[in-house]
Amino acid sequence: MRAPLSWLREFAAIPEDVTAEQIGDAFVRVGFEVEEIEHQGSEIVGPLVVGKVLSIEEITEFKKPIRWVGLDCGESDSRFVVCGASNFAVGDLVVVALPGASLPGGFAIAQRETYGKTSNGMICSSREIGLSQEHDGILVLPAGSASSGADAISLLEVKDIVFDIAVNPDRGYALSLRGLAREIAASLDVEYQDPVDSVDPKLLVSAGNGISISIDDPTAASVIYIRTLDGFNPLANTPLWMLRRIEKCGMRSISLAVDVTNYVMLELGQPLHAFDREKIEGGLHIRRAGNTKTLTTLDGQERSLSENDLLVADDKSALALAGTMGGATSEVTAGTTSIALEAARFDPQSIAKNSRTHRLSSEASRRLERGVDPSLAEIASARASLLLMELGGATHVDTQVAGKPVFSPSIALDPYFVSALTGAHISPEVVAEKLRVVGCEVEEVEGNLWKVDPPTWRSDLYGPADLVEEVARMIGYDAIPSLLPPHPVSPGLTDVQQRRRVVASLLADRGLVEIQTYPFIAQSTIDSMGYVGDRAKTFKIANPMSEDFPLLRQHLIPGLLEAAQRNISRGAKNFGLFEMGSVFRNTQKLETIENPSTLERPSHEEIEKLYEGVPDQPIHVGGVLIGLADKEDWRGKGRSFDWTDAIAHAEAILSTCNIEWTLSRSDFAPWHPGRCAELIVDGVVLAHAGELHPRVVAQFGLPERACAFVVNMSALPSREIVRACVIGTMPVALQDIALIVDAHIPAGQVEEALRAGAGPLLESVQLFDRYDQIGDGKVSLAFTLTFRAPDRTLTSAEVSQMREAAGNAAAQATGAVVRTA
Amino acid sequence: MTSESDLSAWVKEAKLAITAASDLEALKLARLAHSGDKSPISLASRALGTMAPDDRASLGKIIGEAKNQVAALVAERASLLEAERDARVLLEEIVDITLPASRSTRGALHPITILKNEISDFFIAQGYGVAEGPELEAEWLNFDALNIPADHPARTMQDTFFVEPLDARLVLRTHTSPVQIRTMLEQDPPIYVICPGRTFRADELDATHTPVFHQVEGLVVDKGITMAHLKGTLDLFARKMFGDEAITRLRPSFFPFTEPSAEVDVFFNGRWIEWGGCGMVNPKVLTACGVDTETYSGFAFGMGLERTLMVRHGISDMHDIVEGDIRFSQTFGVGL
Repeated sequence: MRAPLSWLREFAAIPEDVTAEQIGDAFVRVGFEVEEIEHQGSEIVGPLVVGKVLSIEEITEFKKPIRWVGLDCGESDSRFVVCGASNFAVGDLVVVALPGASLPGGFAIAQRETYGKTSNGMICSSREIGLSQEHDGILVLPAGSASSGADAISLLEVKDIVFDIAVNPDRGYALSLRGLAREIAASLDVEYQDPVDSVDPKLLVSAGNGISISIDDPTAASVIYIRTLDGFNPLANTPLWMLRRIEKCGMRSISLAVDVTNYVMLELGQPLHAFDREKIEGGLHIRRAGNTKTLTTLDGQERSLSENDLLVADDKSALALAGTMGGATSEVTAGTTSIALEAARFDPQSIAKNSRTHRLSSEASRRLERGVDPSLAEIASARASLLLMELGGATHVDTQVAGKPVFSPSIALDPYFVSALTGAHISPEVVAEKLRVVGCEVEEVEGNLWKVDPPTWRSDLYGPADLVEEVARMIGYDAIPSLLPPHPVSPGLTDVQQRRRVVASLLADRGLVEIQTYPFIAQSTIDSMGYVGDRAKTFKIANPMSEDFPLLRQHLIPGLLEAAQRNISRGAKNFGLFEMGSVFRNTQKLETIENPSTLERPSHEEIEKLYEGVPDQPIHVGGVLIGLADKEDWRGKGRSFDWTDAIAHAEAILSTCNIEWTLSRSDFAPWHPGRCAELIVDGVVLAHAGELHPRVVAQFGLPERACAFVVNMSALPSREIVRACVIGTMPVALQDIALIVDAHIPAGQVEEALRAGAGPLLESVQLFDRYDQIGDGKVSLAFTLTFRAPDRTLTSAEVSQMREAAGNAAAQATGAVVRTA
Repeated sequence: MTSESDLSAWVKEAKLAITAASDLEALKLARLAHSGDKSPISLASRALGTMAPDDRASLGKIIGEAKNQVAALVAERASLLEAERDARVLLEEIVDITLPASRSTRGALHPITILKNEISDFFIAQGYGVAEGPELEAEWLNFDALNIPADHPARTMQDTFFVEPLDARLVLRTHTSPVQIRTMLEQDPPIYVICPGRTFRADELDATHTPVFHQVEGLVVDKGITMAHLKGTLDLFARKMFGDEAITRLRPSFFPFTEPSAEVDVFFNGRWIEWGGCGMVNPKVLTACGVDTETYSGFAFGMGLERTLMVRHGISDMHDIVEGDIRFSQTFGVGL
C-alpha cells in the first residue's frame, strides 16, 4: 500500500519536524514493513507554471514533427517554446518549466536556440516532473482545473513523500489511508482524526426508486449497500487533487465515476463498484454462479465460471465477479448518467476463492479477502455518493440495503495476561490505554475479566493473545526483557541422528565430498537407468517447477551422477561425492484424506489416519566415485577407483555402526550386473555397492568404471548395547592354508567354510593371496588363520589339527583342494 | 709380576689408542688390543690364578679397576662414534618433505550439514531435543493445524508443491512447522525441540531463492513461557551464530501460527539482517494439538539455514549452495 505523507497528514497530526526516516521507523515499530520511501519531486526546482496553449505552429522541415507553441503563462507577453509532442491542442492547459527551473536528474532548463527558434522553456510530460512513468506525450491538465501562471509545483503537489508499506494479511484495514494514519498516529503518539467521522450518510435523502438488492446466499456477504444516483455529468473531470492522490497511490485515473470509487477505497479501505444503472435489468443479487457459465470482465476476458464463484447479478445475467472484477456489460462509460454504487462486506473466503480460481488479484479482492470493516459499506458508499454529487452534479435517488453488518464478538481479557504472555510488566492502566489507542472499547472490571470490544475494522482480533500483540506492539517489542526459559534436560541426539552424523563425517574423512541435490527427477531418467518394480514407482508433483522434473527421486544415484557430470564439466577429474537424504517410493495405496477440524485435537483415529496417509520416506546415503582413487604423482601412476572402493565405503558405514553383514553378488540397477555387491544384515539387503552399469556411465558421460554405493540408513538395525569380549593374553598361532577352487566360487564362501571348520579357537581369517594363473578354471586362495586359546599356549599338533579341520570344511562346502607346499 | 704402574701404563696406552680410533672399526681393533683376550690386562688377569691369595686379592682389585676404566673408555668412544655415524648415515637418507604427501581428494561435509550440526549441538546444550519429520507431509499438519485454513490469504503467501493424487492431501512441506505439530501430538509438555530440515516452495532458483531449502525451527511449550523467554533464546542463538557482538531486534509481524508474531532481525557486519520469524504459539494451534492453553504457553521461531549461511559466510549466490560443486563444500571442510 502506497501512502503519500500529504494524505496521511490529513488524518494524523504528524509534526513538520519529523523526518521521513523517523516516520518509516515508526511504521516498522508497530509492525508495518516499509519497503520504500519515495521522495517525489525532491529534485525539482521551479519555476514550474501552468500555461494555456494559445497557438501551435507545426514545423515540418526536420526529421520529426516539431511544434512551435505560444503559451499564456500568466505573464504580460506570450511565451514561445519548442515542443516535440503533439498530444495537445490550442486551449489546453499544460505544465511549463521556465528557464531557471531544474528537473529530476539535474536537467536545467534555460532559454536555448533549437530548430531555428529560441525556446523559452519546456512543456513537461508527467515523467519529466516525476509524477508518474507516463511518457506518451506531455501532461495535459483537465480543462478549467487551473489558471494560467499558477504554480504547478503546489497545484500538482509535485513534492511529496510516498511510503510503500507491506501490509500483512491479517491487517486488511491498513490497506487504506484511514488505517495507516491511525497506526502512524499511534506510533508517534500524535492526534488522529478518523475520516469516517466526517461522513454523514443522513445527507443522502431518498427521492425515488433505485436499484434493489438481495443477498441470495447468506454466507456470501453480511451487508451490502446500493446507492442509486441520477443526473451524473459524464463529462465532469476528476479534480487535480484527487487525480494526484490516486496516482501517488499507484493507480491510474480512468474517469470521475471510477476515480471516486478508487479514491474512497484508498481513503477508507472499502472497495466500491459503480454500475451503469441503465444496464441493470431489474434488481441486483448476490449469488453463486450456479448455472451461469461465463462472464466477460472489465479487462475484456471471457471467463468461464465455476458453480461456487460469487457473483453480483441482475435479474437476467451476471454483472460482476463479486469483489474481484466488474463485468464489461455494466461498466460505467463516457455516456453514463445514472449510477448504481455498490459497497459490500463480502465473505473473505469467497472472495479469496474467486480471486484464486480466476488468477485475478485486484485492489478490491486484496482488501475484501483480508476482511473489510463491516461498518464501511454504509459510510464509504455515502462518501462516494457525496463526492459524485459534489464533483459530478449527480443527485441521490435511493439507497437499498441488504443484510446488516456483523461485528467481532467482545473478548474477555485478564489484564495481567498481557504481562504473563510477554514477560514484560505492563500495568492494567497501560493495557487499557494501548487497547483504546488501537480502537478497542475497554470495559475495565476491577478484580475480574475485562470486556474488550474490538473496533469494527479489526476482524483479526479474536482472542486474548491477539490483544496481547496489540498492547505489545504499541509499547514496542523493545520493552520486552530478554530471559532464558527454564532449563530442561536434553535427550540429546537420538541413536539414528547420531549415526547419520557419524556416517557423514566418516565419508568426509574417507575423502568424499557431501553435496545436496534437488529431489526431483524425470521419468526418462528412471527408465533409462533401469529402475523397475517398486523402485521405479514414485510421486508426481501436481505443480512442478519444471515439467522436465515432475517426479520425486526414488533413488539417490541419479542426482549424484548429475552433480558428478557438472563437476567434470567444470574441470574436476578425480573425486567422490556423497549425499544423505530421503527417497520416495509410491508403493502404498494412498487413501483419500479428509482434513479434520482444528477446533480441537483430532481423535486418535483421525491422527492415525493422517500419519498413515504420509508415505514412508527412508533416508539413504549414497556415493559415487569418479576417476582415480590415488592420483598420479611423483611416486608413480595413479590407481583408479574400482568396485572394491565402493564396497569398502559401504562396509565402512556398516562397521562404523557396529553392524555385521554378509556379501552377495547382485544384479541390481543401475549397477554393473557382474560387479555389484549387496550387503545383507539379518537376511535383509541394506546396501548395494560396486561398479555402475557401463550404459549408465556412458549416459552421463562419466569416465569408465565409475562406481557407486547406497546404504539405506533407515533400515539399519537399531543400536544395541555392545557386549565386551574377553581379551586373550596367550600367544597367537598362525597357520597358512592355500586352497585351489573353481574360479566361480566366491572367496567369501570359502572363508566362511574355513571359519566354520576351524573351531572356536579361531580368532581371524585373512585372505592374503589370490592367484588366478593356474589354469583349468581354477584359482588358488591363500589364507592366514589365526588361533588363540584363552588359557594356554596352543601346541603345534593342536593347531595343525584345527587347520586341517578348516581345510576339510572348505573342501566339503566348496570343493576346494588344499594345496600342499 | 704385574705392578700397579704397569697397569696404569696399560690403561694410558689403551686410552691413547681408543681416543685415536676414528671410526667404529678402529675402535674395535683398539678394544681387542687393549681389553681383548690377548691384551696385557687380560693376560695379567689370567695370571692371577697362580698367585698367592693375598697378592691375588690386592692385585685383582687393581686389575679389575683397570679393566673397568678401559671398558668405560671404549663405551664412551663408541657412543660418540656411533652418534657420528648415525648423523652421517641419516643425513644421506634426507628426503624432500615438500613433495605432495596425499594422493586423495579432500573430503568435506556440505556447509548446510555443518550448520545444522552446530545449531543442533547448541540447542541440545540448552536442553532441547532434535525433532524430525517427513518431507512429503500431510496437508493438515503443514497448514490446517497451523491455523492456515484453506483459502486463507496466508496460504497464498507460500507457493506449495502439491502431490498427486490431490485427494491424498499431501504436500512437500513448506516449512518444518509440521514437525512442531507432530511433536505436540505425540508428546506432552514440557516440550523443548528444534526442527531442522529440508523444505520446499515453488520459487525459481536465483541468487537468493531456491525451491528446495532448509529451515531450523524451535518450539517451546511449558508453564509460564513468555515472549521474554523467546527473546532471551534468540539473543543467545544469534550470538552463537554471528558472534558475541550480534544483537537482535523484534519487529511486530504476522504469522497465522503465532500471536503475538514478530520478525527477528540481527545486527551483523554493520547492518540489520532479516533473519527469521517468531512469536508466541497461537492458542488456536495449541488447541488443534490438544495442548491445554490454560496451563501452557509456548514460543516458536524459524530461520532459513541457507540465509544464515549466506549472511555469515558472505555467500553471494544461492547457486553455489545447491549445485553440488565440490569446491564449495571443500572450502568448509568439516567446519572446524
